[in-house]
Amino acid sequence: MRKRDFYAGGLMILFGLVMALKGPSYRLGTLMHMGPGFLPTVLGIILIGLGIAIAASALTTPEGEDEDLLPEHPEWWAWGCILASPLAFMLFGAYFGLIPGTFACVFTAAIGDREATLKSAVILSAVVTAFGVGLFSYILQIPMPILAWRGL
Amino acid sequence: MITTALTDLWYGFGVALEPHNIVWCFIGVLVGNMVGVLPGMGPLATISILLPLTFGIKPVGAILMLAGVMYGAQYGGAICSILLNLPCHPPHAVTCLDGFPMTKAGRGGAALGATVFASFVGASWGITEMIFLAPVLVRVALEFGPAEICSLMLLGLLAGSTLARGSPLKGVAMTVLGLMLGIVGTDIETGSERFTFGMTHLDDGIELIALALGLFGIGEFMNSVNQVSTVNAKYANVTFKDMRPSKEEMKRTIAPMFRGTLVGSLCSLIPGTGPTIASFVAYATEKKISKTPEKFGTGMIEGVVCPEASTHSSVQGDFIPTMSLGIPGDAVMALLLGALMIQGIVPGPQLIKEHPDIFWGLVASFWIGNIMLVVLNVPLIGIWVKLLTIPYKYLYPSAMFFVCIGVYAANNDMFQVGETAVIGLLGYVLLRLGFHPAPILLGFVLGPRFEENFRRAMLISRGDLGVFVERPISAVFIALCVLLIALQIYVRLRPKKNGPTVPAAQGAE
Repeated sequence: MRKRDFYAGGLMILFGLVMALKGPSYRLGTLMHMGPGFLPTVLGIILIGLGIAIAASALTTPEGEDEDLLPEHPEWWAWGCILASPLAFMLFGAYFGLIPGTFACVFTAAIGDREATLKSAVILSAVVTAFGVGLFSYILQIPMPILAWRGL
Repeated sequence: MITTALTDLWYGFGVALEPHNIVWCFIGVLVGNMVGVLPGMGPLATISILLPLTFGIKPVGAILMLAGVMYGAQYGGAICSILLNLPCHPPHAVTCLDGFPMTKAGRGGAALGATVFASFVGASWGITEMIFLAPVLVRVALEFGPAEICSLMLLGLLAGSTLARGSPLKGVAMTVLGLMLGIVGTDIETGSERFTFGMTHLDDGIELIALALGLFGIGEFMNSVNQVSTVNAKYANVTFKDMRPSKEEMKRTIAPMFRGTLVGSLCSLIPGTGPTIASFVAYATEKKISKTPEKFGTGMIEGVVCPEASTHSSVQGDFIPTMSLGIPGDAVMALLLGALMIQGIVPGPQLIKEHPDIFWGLVASFWIGNIMLVVLNVPLIGIWVKLLTIPYKYLYPSAMFFVCIGVYAANNDMFQVGETAVIGLLGYVLLRLGFHPAPILLGFVLGPRFEENFRRAMLISRGDLGVFVERPISAVFIALCVLLIALQIYVRLRPKKNGPTVPAAQGAE
């Protein structure tokens, strides 16, 4: 049994179920006058079918080499940093403006690397901030204040 | 017919040679070439990052630039493969086999030089094909009703998902997922909100840029972080002078170059077989034809030139269905089509007639862009080699900034930055479970149009599904769909043969 493929099928079944169960609440209509719920429901059912097929073929094939759901060395810290980086951009960007937003975004992502030091992350963030603000604020004129104080 | 095509082309050169359009084209190929060289950054991520920046410029300039990124990246990817044995982009994976041994033997420069030339020949053929084939296709496609459009889209979606990398079942599942994501938002016909889960920010649907950057930016970074080792560039000292192949090498490249071009253009005619498949087929053909097949893999220039020519000819050929029918063959084409739609241009057979400046300008700019690339690649090779050694730990945080600001700038909406992060997480989970997320984009872009035409076809036929097989053209498409599925099942059940082994491709497609 291929564990990863099995869960892959499971995930598709889950997505399909959400669509197929929620779809009919948008009014199905008839084939001739289709309601907004028609296609989502049909797609949901197709996806459930595909999910079952993927999971079933996973059960019959012998196990491969790399069958753990997580990679060999899970990079929780790096993953967290990468996902936190857009959130930092949102938070600092919305409240304090483009410069703090950019700095926070790059810094958060940079400390995710195993070899990164505080110093290298700060330097990288500063360089990208200078370049980014120059490009986006002055050349492309994105309507976002460079520095702002919107309170918390 | 030939004269009209040539007049139109002449007009296209007029459009493409306007100063601002030349500048956009140049920026596009330069950025694309640069990014193609950078390990771990694919053309998909680059085009999505640049997409919001094109909102301010006219549609013609925007599409010239984005297309430039795409074929520019193709040239860059070859450098990566030949000099470093790194298949940064899947279409160039097979180039590593003979490209890198040539580099080790000190002929890397010659391999690059021959590649640049072969690429140009391949691309030129693809463009010529586009000039003559696209108008013919359009004439046929203008007769299509909703039923034909539906079956054609179905064929495009099936081909795009089953012929791509990985398991066909998973590919189809990804396409369906993409169709579903395309449904999110307000229904055009009834105005009811679907799958917004009460979030008013989702009323306009999921943003294309957020989806692309989430899947191919954030998801890909999560996959590669701390995995990419610093590039070993000890063989990569190539200078301008080394790039001239010897007379004997030149002679050996001519025939493979044309064979590769032919394979590529044939592959581009079959929907869904993108440049990656074209390059593999070309390499296999070349090996079979060669008098010394056992020497392949030890640095045969034929094994470098042939796949590269076929990749480029197939890439240009992929534009034919995209621009003339509005049916993209792969995710990159879907993204380009999405860019046009954001500019308010409806893709489809009417595009050439309604926006001749876009179509013919694009065709002409291909040539201009490809010439620029030849000129750029030769003297700038030293700089590209330096770029290769940028460590990933600097690359991805900087790219994260471009992802965030790009998504924000699309609509000046912070919510979408968060949306991108969520999609990124989903993208990584899918990657980890062995899915290739590229078909999602295909389904997402085609989804709304598919639904619209399906509804219309059903309304016209009074709810009779038989209309898809009763109308002859539509029946042909449906038959092709069935054939495709049958073929997949046949390939699956047949005992496996050993194909050419190639180092696993990393990075986005």
